[in-house]
Amino acid sequence: MIQLFAAATGEAPGISEAVLWAIILCPLVAFAAITLYVRHLPKIAGYLSILAIGVSFVLSLIALIDVLGASGGIAIYSHDWFQAGPLELALGVRIDGLTAVMLVVVSSVSLLVQVYSQGYMEGDPGYGRYYAYMSLFITAMLGLVLADNLFMLFIFWELVGLSSYLLIGFWFHKPSAASAAKKAFIVTRIGDLGLLAAILLIWTRHETLAIDEIHELALAGVLGGTTLTLFGLGLFAGAVGKSAQFPLHVWLPDAMEGPTPVSALIHAATMVAAGVYLMARFFPVIEASPDALTVVGWIGAATVAVGASLALVQTDLKRVLAYSTISQLGYMMLALGVFGYAVAVFHLFTHAFFKALLFLGSGSVNHATNTFDMRLMGGLRTVMPITFWTFLIGTLSLSGIFPLAGFWSKDEILLEAWVNNKGLYAVAAIASFVTALYMFRAVFMTFFGTYKGGEPVDHEDEDSHFHGDPAHPHESSWVMTVPLLILTAGAIAAGWWALGKEFHHFVEAAIPAEALHKAPDFSYWIAITSSLIAVAGIGTAWAIYHRGLVSSTEIRKVVLPIAVLLENKFFLDDLYERAFAVQVFQRGWNRLVELFDTTAVDGAVNGVGWVGTQSSRVLRHAQTGQVQLYGAGIAAGVFIVAIIVFIANPL
Amino acid sequence: MSELDIVGPQLAILLAAGAVLVWDALLPRRRAALPYLALAGILGAAIWTTTWVIRGDFQTAFDGTFAIDQYAVFFQYVFAGITAIVVIASIDWVDRVGRRQSEYFALVLTASAGLMFLAGARDLITIFLALELSSIPQYILAGWGKDQRSSEAGMKYLLLGAIASALLLYGMALLYGFAGSTLLTDISAAISEHGADNRSLLVVASVLLIAGFGFKMAVVPFQMWVPDVYQGAPTPVAAFLSVGSKAAAFAVVMRLFFEGLGEQFLSNDWAMIFAVIAAVSMTLGNVFAIVQRDIKRMLGYSSIAQAGNFMIGLAAISIAGEHFVQGASGVLLFVAAYAFTNLGAFIAVIGISQRIGSDNIADYAGMWRRAPLLALALAFCLISLAGIPPTAGFWAKLYVFNAGIQADLVWLVIIGVLNSVVSAYYYLAVVRQMFLGEAEEEKRLAISPTVGVALGVATVGVIVFGIIPTPLVDAAREAAAIFAAS
Repeated sequence: MIQLFAAATGEAPGISEAVLWAIILCPLVAFAAITLYVRHLPKIAGYLSILAIGVSFVLSLIALIDVLGASGGIAIYSHDWFQAGPLELALGVRIDGLTAVMLVVVSSVSLLVQVYSQGYMEGDPGYGRYYAYMSLFITAMLGLVLADNLFMLFIFWELVGLSSYLLIGFWFHKPSAASAAKKAFIVTRIGDLGLLAAILLIWTRHETLAIDEIHELALAGVLGGTTLTLFGLGLFAGAVGKSAQFPLHVWLPDAMEGPTPVSALIHAATMVAAGVYLMARFFPVIEASPDALTVVGWIGAATVAVGASLALVQTDLKRVLAYSTISQLGYMMLALGVFGYAVAVFHLFTHAFFKALLFLGSGSVNHATNTFDMRLMGGLRTVMPITFWTFLIGTLSLSGIFPLAGFWSKDEILLEAWVNNKGLYAVAAIASFVTALYMFRAVFMTFFGTYKGGEPVDHEDEDSHFHGDPAHPHESSWVMTVPLLILTAGAIAAGWWALGKEFHHFVEAAIPAEALHKAPDFSYWIAITSSLIAVAGIGTAWAIYHRGLVSSTEIRKVVLPIAVLLENKFFLDDLYERAFAVQVFQRGWNRLVELFDTTAVDGAVNGVGWVGTQSSRVLRHAQTGQVQLYGAGIAAGVFIVAIIVFIANPL
Repeated sequence: MSELDIVGPQLAILLAAGAVLVWDALLPRRRAALPYLALAGILGAAIWTTTWVIRGDFQTAFDGTFAIDQYAVFFQYVFAGITAIVVIASIDWVDRVGRRQSEYFALVLTASAGLMFLAGARDLITIFLALELSSIPQYILAGWGKDQRSSEAGMKYLLLGAIASALLLYGMALLYGFAGSTLLTDISAAISEHGADNRSLLVVASVLLIAGFGFKMAVVPFQMWVPDVYQGAPTPVAAFLSVGSKAAAFAVVMRLFFEGLGEQFLSNDWAMIFAVIAAVSMTLGNVFAIVQRDIKRMLGYSSIAQAGNFMIGLAAISIAGEHFVQGASGVLLFVAAYAFTNLGAFIAVIGISQRIGSDNIADYAGMWRRAPLLALALAFCLISLAGIPPTAGFWAKLYVFNAGIQADLVWLVIIGVLNSVVSAYYYLAVVRQMFLGEAEEEKRLAISPTVGVALGVATVGVIVFGIIPTPLVDAAREAAAIFAAS
């Protein structure tokens, strides 16, 4: 079944279905080929993966241009996949403004990260495996945004989670990596239960899983009341897990145990944005339920606050970026909570570039210093000029400085919040001060001052593939700096797409017009305020961490309770581990296993053993004893079955 | 001539069985050609079946005792596929046993012809003869191995099979005594006329029939022979038993019960028996499978549990008219999906145990590094058995569970889902062992090309029907539609 919808102006996209499937299949083929044939030929595995994602990128661009040409029309290609009575599952792809933007974000960042990994992962014994997993992840992520129904979306959603698990635990011999992978998997599973419940709910009530049909149901008011709210909250639970929203954000900082390019691609630019994508995709549903919308907005705000405040006390560069990502994802949810559908997607779009840039920059720094600990860095500005300047631009963009990409999207979020909910605006504005503060704290600690020597190389560690000399840091090779430079261009210019609201009209065409709210007009007042807030944050960071006008230890003493709270991550991890993990999981599980062990398994084993000993006892007397036993069993079975029938249905 | 035309596929296979024996007698030096001769016969049967599909004018033969229709055609394809894969997978093993090769292939072909006759049988005597035609070669095959355990397995299988046949005959005799005819259509007519007055007689007959076929299906409480025989019999034979005779038993039970005993008052009784047997088989099969250390015994218990899964479809069909086809087609789909999957798993076990000389699950540790393709194929088959997408087994389970819900058998489906979770545990434990376990030695395993081909065909089937289930679903639905018409 093919459905084409023209936008208000223009016509339906004319892109052929084969192109869309090819976007998903290219990395899948690379994954299969690497797994089956070239696991042991790392170079070829890398090139194959880059080639495949390169093709996907070009095809995604073609798709984007096509949809742009159609001013954001929608094309849905759906095929019956499986049918059993009323249960109908479809295999289909859907292209529209939202999907096209996501495709380009995912494939472009993937391509750059894959190129960068050639340098970063060089010499790692798991090089081939790395590229196989990454290809699998990219397949799943592209499939996730192209899926036209919830069933396919869920399969890809789980596949994304699986590949994320594999990549976080990529260095599985490190206990910290293995446990981080497990933590990420379990925590996101909790959210996924909500998503699964939402899918089952919509299926049992309305017998459809197609995205456009669900939109129509919500707009027509057929899907309403409690069902609507529960469905929306179920979807949101999935998004909370995947997009690391409060209170399930605890897995993301630990996920930094994975290789840095993985953090850049999966845990900054794409997978964690999948939750935001899901919310945007079902925006007409969320928007129809004021309760759900309120929850989304305030959970987003809580995430903004928690992420930003925790980023302030990290000493590990990657963890600063991880908490910053949590906080920025919170901004996107907050935007959705104030009707800012297009704005949320816009921030997702710009954030992908500057956050991937920052992560790759941190990886470059790690390559020179063999550590992520900022206390062992400093002064890298002069020895790593490209890394420094690109990192600085990324930081300015994230802080929301005019005219970089982050300025435009963050400004619009603040504007929407100001118009629709002053409380949320207050949280967002204060957090943007903290954002600039923690990011420039990181910049000053890493690139300014004097170099503290990095982490000495441990030559005992066979898995370490560190080649340089941390005492004499140097700029990274071109395979790593070129992706940085390209992403910098994105971090500067990605926001300009929205200057005339073209971006907004484009992605808004992806959802029914009835679900849209008129976006407020650009306000100089808001723009100037938010810029001043950011500059104030930068100035504060400069005063504390560069000039040392105020000692950070002095501040710590003054606000001691807060500092303790922050340094312990609000004790959330402890809470989960004590209350949840220990009490519920470990103890409950242990008891369950024990019970199962003593009753079912032991019973079965003893039973089997009993039958074995009994029959062997019989066997000693007569060779055919066992067969007699079995034959008697059959006869007994006949009688038992007959008796059951006559008891159940007496004559 | 036209009647011979109707049983053409079966004749083609019997002809090949004869040809195999003659070839061996005349050209003993050219023994290597024997399996290919057998395959040619199977191919001939498949082609002949296809001509019937093309001709489309399905009909009955031999005074209505045998039919060629969509249902028979579906099973003939399934049996042709099963036999072909078993023959290919046996080549290497038979070669190493090195004796009476022609008899081995001739027996496999004869059994296969019996299975195919069962698919179209519409008469009690034909059913019984076809069943014996397929069973007797299997008794011999089970004892084909050189060791004592194999002889013991063959002997056990024969003795218990004889008991089952006796029960079956007893049930058939009661039916004949009641209806005065052995034709299913006549029996059905007699039951609708004055069956309600003789319900107890008919119920006893049903129970005896279920016991007789339950032995072949390997469901509780007629399953006790399964682990011993699977473990003792040569692995290719165990593979054949686990899918071939199980599938045939389901094929004939569906026709017998829906065409012959489909009257509402009676079907309520036997549907309940099937539901109870399904629940008990799934549960006991899985509970015992968990504690197995030997992979062949594990697969034996798992096949008991899987038969319980099929049977949900049997219980679901009989409840009400419009869902009739749902459950029946569910069973067909499950049979086909399971045939590929279980064969694949058994063949992978053949490949591995031949090289490492052990059936211990613990010895599968690190197999991923020693035989990557084999481990991957086995993993896919086990995932399919557990019912996890994207495999054929997933759709089969989904379909059958869905049919159960449509037929208001929610309690049974819940037991089925819980059992799926339990079964995932022991299937995935093997996968885990292969991929994450540490191998004691790293030496790569050489896998014979014929095992590779057979395994490849089965695994590709599992994955292709996992990704594109529709053709199989449609075929199953068309085949089951004959019951709705009757």
